[in-house]
Parts: sequence; structure tokens; C-alpha cells
Amino acid sequence: MLERLTNLLPIAVAIPLVAAFVLPLLQRRVNGPRTSRCLTLLVATALLLLAALFITLPDTTYWMGNWSPHSGAIGISLVLDGLSRLMFFIVALITFAATLFSLRYMTRYTAEPLYYCLFCLMVTGMTGVVLSGDLFNLYVFLEIAAIASYALVAFGTGREEIEAAFKYLVLGTVGSAFILLGIAIVYNQTGQLNMALIAQSLPPNSSAVLIAAAFFLMGFGLKAAMVPFHAWLPDAHPSAPAPISAMLSGVLIKALGVYTLVRLFFDCLVMNRQFAYVLIVLGAASMVIGVLLALGQEDFKRLLAYSSISQTGYVVLAAGIAGEMVVRANMAVAALALLGGLFHLFNHAVFKSLLFLCSGATEYSTGTRMLKSLGGLKQRMPLTSSCLRVAALSIAGVPPFSGFWSKLLIIIAIIQAGHLWLGAMTVLVSFITLLTFLKVQRHILDGTPSPAVAQAREVPWSMTTAMILLTTICIAAGLFFPYYKDALFQNTQAILSGPLQLTGPVAAGGSP
Amino acid sequence: MNYDLLPYLLAMTVVGVGLYAVVCKRNVIKLIVGIIILDYGVNLFLLLTGYRHDGIAPILTPQADRQQFADRAVDPVPQALILTSIVIGLGVVALMTAMAIRIHEKYDTFDLSQIHQLKG
Repeated sequence: MLERLTNLLPIAVAIPLVAAFVLPLLQRRVNGPRTSRCLTLLVATALLLLAALFITLPDTTYWMGNWSPHSGAIGISLVLDGLSRLMFFIVALITFAATLFSLRYMTRYTAEPLYYCLFCLMVTGMTGVVLSGDLFNLYVFLEIAAIASYALVAFGTGREEIEAAFKYLVLGTVGSAFILLGIAIVYNQTGQLNMALIAQSLPPNSSAVLIAAAFFLMGFGLKAAMVPFHAWLPDAHPSAPAPISAMLSGVLIKALGVYTLVRLFFDCLVMNRQFAYVLIVLGAASMVIGVLLALGQEDFKRLLAYSSISQTGYVVLAAGIAGEMVVRANMAVAALALLGGLFHLFNHAVFKSLLFLCSGATEYSTGTRMLKSLGGLKQRMPLTSSCLRVAALSIAGVPPFSGFWSKLLIIIAIIQAGHLWLGAMTVLVSFITLLTFLKVQRHILDGTPSPAVAQAREVPWSMTTAMILLTTICIAAGLFFPYYKDALFQNTQAILSGPLQLTGPVAAGGSP
Repeated sequence: MNYDLLPYLLAMTVVGVGLYAVVCKRNVIKLIVGIIILDYGVNLFLLLTGYRHDGIAPILTPQADRQQFADRAVDPVPQALILTSIVIGLGVVALMTAMAIRIHEKYDTFDLSQIHQLKG
């Protein structure tokens, strides 16, 4: 029975891939858009059900083609462990909400089947990245997701979209080239590509591995939009269509950037003091610079993009603190920091996607997204306004919404780790985030309706359903955290206890 | 002087040339050529990690001696990796060129300093 369920791992990657191959064929057909919408909605539902099923499965490994080191071959593995389960669940959830939102939102664009094709390819890439147990397999799926996202940012084919997509493309390609260089060096030093085997056969105190780690930081830091490498994000995320902005900010920078950083530096290359300090510095810099730049923005989506940089900085900072505590053998604080970071990753995926979907709904109804031209939205579009208010309060860290709890966990972990100035800086950044989103609420929601808003009507039900779904999760995620914490987050602590272990053949049970 | 690392240094020089073109050139087409050179350099570096002194090509014929093959063949895994990487590079360069054509349609220039509408 366990063998049968393990076979679901490649199916989770195959479902969106097959859909992506079928969808371009619908481009020329008369009812092409309708069929593509149904197919993508089916794919999104299937992924969500699979993600819920995976939460109940034990840790397993799937070897493609049954070629595994146990039978003497070099094989590619798909791994389901605590971190993969959490990331796959986040990807499936946000994909479902974004698909639901796209059903009506994308009717304003042409070439809908091609949009859904690229969307399914991006989802394939992200699913492959979080489930992959092999370093080069991770790179290939990362490239699939990244190339699909470059095309999706350019989907509107206006001046700004093409410019933003070109910038994103060039920077993303340079980042990927550095990742490949890092993989080359690691392969040279260890002779393995499987992440568990790399951890076992890494030469100690090797400066080549340090250079490889630097290259990985460059490449994956660029995908995660950490501060020296963030320049593409404020242009790319506003220019994409709203559901794609939600996917990019909500899951892509996390699955391709933060997840890979955490996976590589905790599991693959053994965590040491330098890596932890670099992660802390990157996280802290992103946090501060992102929020300061967000404060002065006039374009709503650009403000959200800068605040994405800041919130992702929180997660990387928490991961860095966890790493430092692992090196100092203080496992309790490390577990707390990692729990706070991953909880914040989950929360940020939910409320940032919700914010971008609300901005899309606002743009759909009023035609603008500049803060100065909006106002009084709560009188004309009550549902969207309530969702936007919940999301804004959540990201600002106001109790009882989910953002408060995850930020609290991170701040407590930082202070328990002994970094008082860092903790104070985190609290200050939270305060500035609150300022930013008070500004957003004042300009968009409150006040008298501006001319653009006065003629707005509430958006269609499929779009509001997606927003209400995410809003409910925003509220429930904070209040009911003790109940689902064990199901989603407990197994992620396994990455703290040491590098990935090569699990035995599946028939024998397979837990590390 | 240790000449063993010379091929790696030269591959990194090619990467450096590509990176210089990406960072310093103002023409979009030269930037694309820089990305192509960068991909070439990285693939070359990856390929060089598989080299074995006096090695033979890793093609196993039915008449070959297995032990001798294992002793003398160069590593085939990096060759498989760069095949994948070349194809990825192909996709990226095709997308980049299509976008460059669209940029020219919208902005009437290939000069990057003129393509600067998104600011702040």
C-alpha cells in the first residue's frame, strides 16, 4: 500500500505537466478558453487534494525508474519530507486560489489557453523543485518555473510589461548560470548529485565548497529577491497580471528561493557559522531596505512588491538564526526560529497573494492601481475591501490575524538567541510595515469615493470566492495554530538534526 | 607552476567575458550575445570537471573490456548535464530574442539607457 502511495510523488509533478502540453492545442479552437479554464481548475483541485493527502503520508523517497544507489545505479529521487510537505501544500493552496481568480480576470486578455499553459508549466516547475531530492533535477525544474514566469510577466505585452520581463529575464538567467557553476563545483568535489549523498561525501573544510556556496547564495538569493539581488522584483511583480503577481510573490520567490536556500544550507552543504551569518545579514538587509522603499511608493502593486522583499527577509533571517543556533548546539531556540520562519513563510504566501488578488480586483473594477486615484473603496466594493483590510492588518502584524503570531515567534527567537539589536530592528521594521499598510488602507479603503471608484461594482463571484478563501485562512491560521501545527510544521524540525539521510528502499518502510 | 587548473581558469575567463557583456553593454542584442557566451562558459566549466588524463570517450561497445572502460573513460555524467543545460539555454535565448523584438516595436530602439520607463 505504501508503495502505491509513493507512486503519487511523480504524479504530483506529472499532472500539471501533461495539462501544460495539452493546453496550447486549444488555442485555435472555438471553445478553447472555456476548456482551458476547466482543465486548469481540475489540475488545481487535483493538486490541492494531493497536497492534503501528502500531509498524512510518512516520509518517503521515490526513485525514478527504480534506479537507486541500492541497486548500484545513479538515480534521480523525489523526496517527501517535512519541508517538502509544507511547501507543496503552500504551492497547491495558492495555485488553487490564483486559478479561481484567473477564471474571470483573464477574460480581459487574449490568448487565454496559452496563459493557462504557462501557468501549468510554472506550477510544474515549483512542484518539481519542492519534491526533488536531486540537485540537478532541482535546477531543471527551477528553470522550467523561471522561464514560464518570464513569459507570464510579459503576458500583457505593453511597454512596461516587456521592459520588466526583459530585466527579470536577464537577471534570472545570470542567477541560474551561477547556480549551475555551483552545482559543477559541488559535483567535482563530491562526485554525487543526490542531496543526501552530497551531504555524506562532502570534503571537510574545503574552500571549493565555500565558493560553491557563495555561487548558490548569488543564484538562489536572486530567485528569492534578497537585497543585493532584488532589482528585478519591483518591476516584474506589478507588471504581471494580478493572479500571476499573487503566484510570483506568494509562492515562486519562496519555492525557488527561500526553500532552496534552506534545503541546501541545512541539508546538503552542512551548516556552519559563516553560512548562518551570511543568511542573517541578507535577511536583515532585505527586511529593512524593502520596507523603507515600500513606504514611499505611489503604485499599489509596486508597494506590495517591495514589502514582499521585506517579508521574505524575515523568513531568511529566521532561517539564519536557526542555523546559528544549530552551530551553537542550542536546539530549542533553533527549532523555535525555524518554526517562526516557516510559519511566516506560510502566512506571507497567504496574505501577500490575497493582497495582490485584491489589487487585481480593484484594478478590474476601477481601472487604476495608483494610490492617489483610489479612495473610499469600502463603500462601493464591500467584499474586496474587507478582504483587503484583513490582509493589510495581517501583514502589519496586528493580533489576532496570522501575521502577528509568526512575527512574534521570530522576534522571540531572535532575542532568545542573544541578538538584542537585531530583535529591536525587527520590531522597528514591523512598525514601519504597519505604517505602510495604514497608508494603503487610508488611500484605498477609507475616505470619499474618488471618480475612478465611484463607478466601480463588486467583482464576479469566482474572484470573490478566491479572496474569501484566502481571508478565511488568514484569520484561521492565526487562531487555530496549535491545532494544525503538528500536522504541517512538526516534521520540518527534522532538517535541523542533521543533513538529509539516504532513506532505504520503499518496501522496507523508508523513514530516516 | 601548477598547470592542472589552467583549463578551469580559462573557462572562468569565458564566463567573465560573458558577464562583462551583460553588465557593461548598452545594446540589447550585445547583452543577449553576452548571455550566450556566459552559458557557453558555464557549460565548458561543467564539462571540464569530467576530464580524466589520457581518457577515452565514454561509449561502451559490446566488445569493450568493462574494467578497462571503467579505468579510462572520462566521466559521462557532466556530458549529460550540459546537454540539459544547452537546451535550457536555447529556450532562454529564444525567449530573450523574442522579447528584444517586442522591445524594439514598443521603444523604437535597442539602447538600454532609453528603455527606462519603470523607475523608483
